[in-house]
Amino acid sequence: MSLNFISMLLLEGSESMSAAAIIAALYVFALAAFLGYQVISRVPPLLHTPLMSATNAISGISLVGSIVIAGGTGPQHAKVATILGFIAVVCSTSNVVGGFALTDRMLRMFKRKK
Amino acid sequence: MVWQTYFIEFSYLLASILFIFGLKGLSHPETAKRGMQLAEIGMALAIIGTLMHFEIVSYTWIIVGLLLGGLLGAAMGVWVPMTAMPQRTALSHAFGAFAAALVGIAEYYSYTHGFKDIAQLGHVKMGAMGFEIMLGALTTTGSLIAFGKLQGVLPGQPLVYRGQNIFNMALLATTIGLFIYLIFVPTAVIPFYVMLGLAFVFGVLLVLPIGSADMPVVMSLLNSYAGLASAATGFVLGNNVLIIAGTLDGFSGFILSVLMCRAMNRSLNNVLFGAFGSATTSAAGAAGEQGTMREVSLDDAAVQLAYASKVVFVPGYGLATAQAQHAVRELATVLEEKGVTVKYGIHPVAGRMPGHMNVLLAEANVPYSQLYELEQINPELSSTDVSVVIGANDVVNPDARDNPSSPIAGMPIIEVDRSKSVIVLKRGQGKGFSGLENPLFFKPVTGMLYGDAKDTLTKLVSAVQHA
Repeated sequence: MSLNFISMLLLEGSESMSAAAIIAALYVFALAAFLGYQVISRVPPLLHTPLMSATNAISGISLVGSIVIAGGTGPQHAKVATILGFIAVVCSTSNVVGGFALTDRMLRMFKRKK
Repeated sequence: MVWQTYFIEFSYLLASILFIFGLKGLSHPETAKRGMQLAEIGMALAIIGTLMHFEIVSYTWIIVGLLLGGLLGAAMGVWVPMTAMPQRTALSHAFGAFAAALVGIAEYYSYTHGFKDIAQLGHVKMGAMGFEIMLGALTTTGSLIAFGKLQGVLPGQPLVYRGQNIFNMALLATTIGLFIYLIFVPTAVIPFYVMLGLAFVFGVLLVLPIGSADMPVVMSLLNSYAGLASAATGFVLGNNVLIIAGTLDGFSGFILSVLMCRAMNRSLNNVLFGAFGSATTSAAGAAGEQGTMREVSLDDAAVQLAYASKVVFVPGYGLATAQAQHAVRELATVLEEKGVTVKYGIHPVAGRMPGHMNVLLAEANVPYSQLYELEQINPELSSTDVSVVIGANDVVNPDARDNPSSPIAGMPIIEVDRSKSVIVLKRGQGKGFSGLENPLFFKPVTGMLYGDAKDTLTKLVSAVQHA
């Protein structure tokens, strides 16, 4: 039963948004915020541009949401949603690829000694 | 079906952990590359995991989208010059925020057009969705305006008119009013699209009144908004990795905004509630005319540099516009060969985005051990023989320290006027971006060297060699 419940949460979390799921999401948000503060305040000003580029690439993870929307076709899915999802996939992918590529390029330039 | 779900969720969990390790790596240049590799692996895992999702029926659009976006991103990653990093970052904030808004709109459309059970669209979900769309839309257009200003397509000066703040506040209040109404009545389709439209307009109006010199704050703030929009997407889709990555991005932007504000002695309130650029528009400060500027000849400057024992370079945005980073590096090499100690003093808001100058100088092969932060370089300046200011203005303006009525009073500066001699490389006699008079230029220790920074530096290299 409990296994069933968990899989229901995982599968249907977006659909039913039960109180438990909302609270769990808020926990994740609060802990991520705390952890983010701890980790990011240690980044030296030297690396602030790569940091911005890297967090940008990482938040391109919204790609996973767009993928699911772009991949749903057929009568039970809206054509408009597919098109919007497709554009979102393009935007997010370009952020992921471009963001990581630029971060790597920048970090390779930082050298201690000549 | 169940094993797929576990597989997907496990890939997301791993991705979240790897993202955090990736950002942790950025605490030092030596560990940063490794960290980014971990984050990249995390991203790949999450994408592969997602492709197993049971709702996906057709892969056509996904593959086309991935290829198109991948090409676009790779092209930017390879060809964008380091001097254009601020523009490209503004553009990527726009992309990220737009993607978040689109996902929200697609979800809302599916609910209101009978593709998903409208009864399932509760108040909480509508709240998250509205937040996502509002923030996503205003960040999209705001970032595009920032891009336009940075690229030079739009004028860099603040665009202001009477009653601007009141009008903007009223617009924002209307947008938020519609958002709150939608939380209670999620099926109200027309208010939804009006809210969307207003949010797009508000983004434009938010960034238009901001001058180019304030861009580091705006960039950080838009970074934060784009991240929070992604986190809200996570709430809408019930997806934890999205919440985590979006929150990390949002908080990173927020921390950078606070740091940038502190470096300009402006409160975050001042920034958030639209008084942007007011300092830059409020006339030329109290000082007025302060005597004459002393011009120094190229040869004099070269002799000063060649016989100094310690030289500090202080770069500003002018370095980027003149593409002079390689020329500085050449001059530094020549000086070091003559036994001069060379250091660089980097102000947090020098340039158009956080860390902009560090990246430019690193590109020109300046080792990062020579790059000093504001607090590190200031105690060294009194023992510095020559400070060379390259295309920087406000960040070395002694008025910030000495004149309490100055619009930039209290802003921490790099105190080059404490060094034995200052050479200011400047394009012409005009004021800087902020329009403020800079008393540094009139001080007896200061010599002005006019001309294009790159050109002047290149000439200095050969002059120093012959000195």
